[in-house]
Amino acid sequence: MFRLTAITLSLAMSLALGLSRPALADEQVTHFTLDNGMDVVVIEDHRAPVVVHMVWYRAGSADEPAGASGIAHFLEHLMFKRTETMESGEFSRTVAQNGGRDNAFTSYDYTGYFQRVAADRLGLMMQMEADRMVNLRLDDSEIATEREVIIEERNQRVENSPAALFCEQKDAVQYLNHRYGVPIIGWRHEMVSLDRDDVLAYYERFYAPNNAILVVAGDVTPDAVRALAEEHYGPIPANPDLPARVRPTEPPQTAERRITFRDARVAQPYVSRSYLAPERDSGAQETAAALTILAEVLGSGTTSVMADALQFDTQIATFTGAFYGGMSLDKTTFDVVVVPAEGVSLEEAEAAMDGVLADFLETGVDAEQLERIKMQLRAAQIYARDDVDSIANRYGRALTQGLTVEDVQAWPDILQAVTADDVLAAARMVLDRRQAVTGWLMAEEVTQ
Amino acid sequence: MMRFILPLVLTLAAALPARAAIEIKEVVSPGGITAWLVEDHSIPFTALEIRFRGGASVEPMDKRGATNLMTALLEEGAGEMDARAFARARDGLAASFRYSASDDALSVSAQFLTENRDAAVDLLRQSLIQPRFDAEAIERVRAQVLSGLRSDEKDPQSIAARRFDGLVFGDHPYGSSLDGTIDTVTALTRDDLLAAHAASMARDRIYVSAVGDITAADLGVLLDSLLGDLPASGAPLPGPADPVFPGGVDVVDFPTPQSVVLFGQPGIGQDNPDFFAAFILDHILGGGGFESRLMTEVREKRGLTYGIYTYLADRDYAQFWGGAVASANDRVAEAVEVIRAEWARLQTQGVSAEELQNAKTYLTGAYPLRFDGNGTIANIIVGMQVRGLPIDYAATRNDKVNAVTLEDVNRVARDLLDPEALSFVVVGQPVGLMETSN
Repeated sequence: MFRLTAITLSLAMSLALGLSRPALADEQVTHFTLDNGMDVVVIEDHRAPVVVHMVWYRAGSADEPAGASGIAHFLEHLMFKRTETMESGEFSRTVAQNGGRDNAFTSYDYTGYFQRVAADRLGLMMQMEADRMVNLRLDDSEIATEREVIIEERNQRVENSPAALFCEQKDAVQYLNHRYGVPIIGWRHEMVSLDRDDVLAYYERFYAPNNAILVVAGDVTPDAVRALAEEHYGPIPANPDLPARVRPTEPPQTAERRITFRDARVAQPYVSRSYLAPERDSGAQETAAALTILAEVLGSGTTSVMADALQFDTQIATFTGAFYGGMSLDKTTFDVVVVPAEGVSLEEAEAAMDGVLADFLETGVDAEQLERIKMQLRAAQIYARDDVDSIANRYGRALTQGLTVEDVQAWPDILQAVTADDVLAAARMVLDRRQAVTGWLMAEEVTQ
Repeated sequence: MMRFILPLVLTLAAALPARAAIEIKEVVSPGGITAWLVEDHSIPFTALEIRFRGGASVEPMDKRGATNLMTALLEEGAGEMDARAFARARDGLAASFRYSASDDALSVSAQFLTENRDAAVDLLRQSLIQPRFDAEAIERVRAQVLSGLRSDEKDPQSIAARRFDGLVFGDHPYGSSLDGTIDTVTALTRDDLLAAHAASMARDRIYVSAVGDITAADLGVLLDSLLGDLPASGAPLPGPADPVFPGGVDVVDFPTPQSVVLFGQPGIGQDNPDFFAAFILDHILGGGGFESRLMTEVREKRGLTYGIYTYLADRDYAQFWGGAVASANDRVAEAVEVIRAEWARLQTQGVSAEELQNAKTYLTGAYPLRFDGNGTIANIIVGMQVRGLPIDYAATRNDKVNAVTLEDVNRVARDLLDPEALSFVVVGQPVGLMETSN
């Protein structure tokens, strides 16, 4: 498989995150909680004198108040500005002067900050991160300038990309009531008026140790991390008014939804469909495990069902894929995409895709394919140990998305226990067009 | 949604190794193939990196895209297996093989478990030595490449890269995309692919590294069985490019809200005694992420962009100093103006002792942090071999950074930075940005 278009590749990457790799052996991961409610996860890897220090907040774009879309991400940018004790920009400058690098990220369910530094600088990182958890001092001129930066970020990520604009519209149609329908970066018309009050309200509501998870991975011991964490994060009081994380839920979807997005910049049309699907839930990950394997069976690589039918047995598609984002606090989606071959219309491509899915529901899972997938999942546990950053990410995501350390560690075995019947049952549950959004991305001129 | 993602640019930084406590051994197989090895038995798998110097640049220009298409077909059937059989065999072993072509190298990256290493290596071997290039696979993958080429025609990043490369490198292979054009790729035949295979994958241009759960003795045997049957020699390597930087602004009209900008001027390579001074200078100018002058001036102070960066491109057949930024059409003129002003300011006024010290502290401190995984280390040490660096380079690299004086940096700033030659390609509908050429 080669040369996914940028479009489908980015779709694959954004949606395939749910296929997280299995955990390390248990003894390398330690979990405890500070008295103020801050969760701590320590992942040991002593091969290099490096440490990754991350603080994750259980707050993302889906926790924003209506009308202030983009505020979670905007705050993430502003966290690198002035605090009570540090100048604007001093945080990153200090990290760099210690030979490290730092950054941050925002998603629907979480916001995270990280530094990658020599292991002996961990205390300094904690000192600075603890400071900006509660001591941010924002001024209006910096807010105005940084707002221009996030608007340019939106230009770069979304406005300049018809595929991104299409996905944004499709998500909005998928989620009628839940904030997953609003883009993480924000709607442009709301971004332009985000102000200091919006930022501070969000900051004061969500940034507190009892809403945060500290993840430290690398050349450290749990005892040393605990001592440093108690020193730096321990003194910060919990926020007694932290709201319960209750979000609007989706009403039952009773009608199929369809969109067509046209843009002159589209060179390669495609059809993409998302089905509303259950996510991984703590203590109940079996359905999500079956859906994870279903995505592999249907649309991951040369040996998948969709590739087999649409790229090999027939040449209807140049690319096919299936993706499931199981890591999600609330209802997620199972997605399929078909990029038609030259001369094949989107209508034909969609019909062929539906044909493949219908056939699959009749014939079920090939036993040898299932065994290959399980072998790859087992091996992924070994390969994953080479990348401690990705393990740190997995725990951070899990703990901000309603899962526990135990859930993460149980996941590999739950995947291995999935049967062909489980996969088929999951497919029958999810692959229902009445609970789906089908989107066509097309050029301005209809050339079908 | 990241605060800023550093783009994937092959800068020198990516190839500079750390002081790291790793021990690299040189292994020469019984058949005479050399590899660098870092043994680490803590995880039961091996990361293997193979580079063939020359990459897509050895192909004839009327066959542009042949190496790229050929490389993509290596995993689409080999020996007795068609594409699907090969994929099933690879997946059943849970091995990972990646093949890619660039301007300077054809790269093969493999990871395989210790428990089935022999079978995985045999499979990899067949893909390298006996690829089938079945008609069905050629057409299927050709359609994927063509789809990508059509998308590139409407993607401002791709449009900018092609325009920049064409302006700067002209007829040299660097001057055109190794993906080829719709016309050249459409015309490629199976014979062209066989020729590209013979031209690019030969023992006279091979570099290998291995990191992980394998001994020197086992690696020696592996090298001969994996690579011993490759032809002894391939096509002649290209000559040096002669990059041209005319200065001024070249605008490609493309209806999109944000203009994409690439810029560049002549650079120097690692064989130049002033290289580390230039490298530090680049770090201060635009290579150093949030701390760089351009990030401070263009993003932090003025909010004109989400990201801006520069890099010293030290390719096999050309060196240049490049950079990129993107700004809304009505703001990009100001961004270009600020970049030019910063270029001139750095050339005439140089850097301060504090800036130099901060850059050194970062570069030398960040350096051991790179060696943090089998795959990463294998990639770094194969890069060292391609660049002709000594096997103990890691132990001396920080000394080279620290030896640069303020006088060195500011002399190189004066002599090397060239605001007149600084050339911009802008793709979009920029407002108030006059197209000029010097």
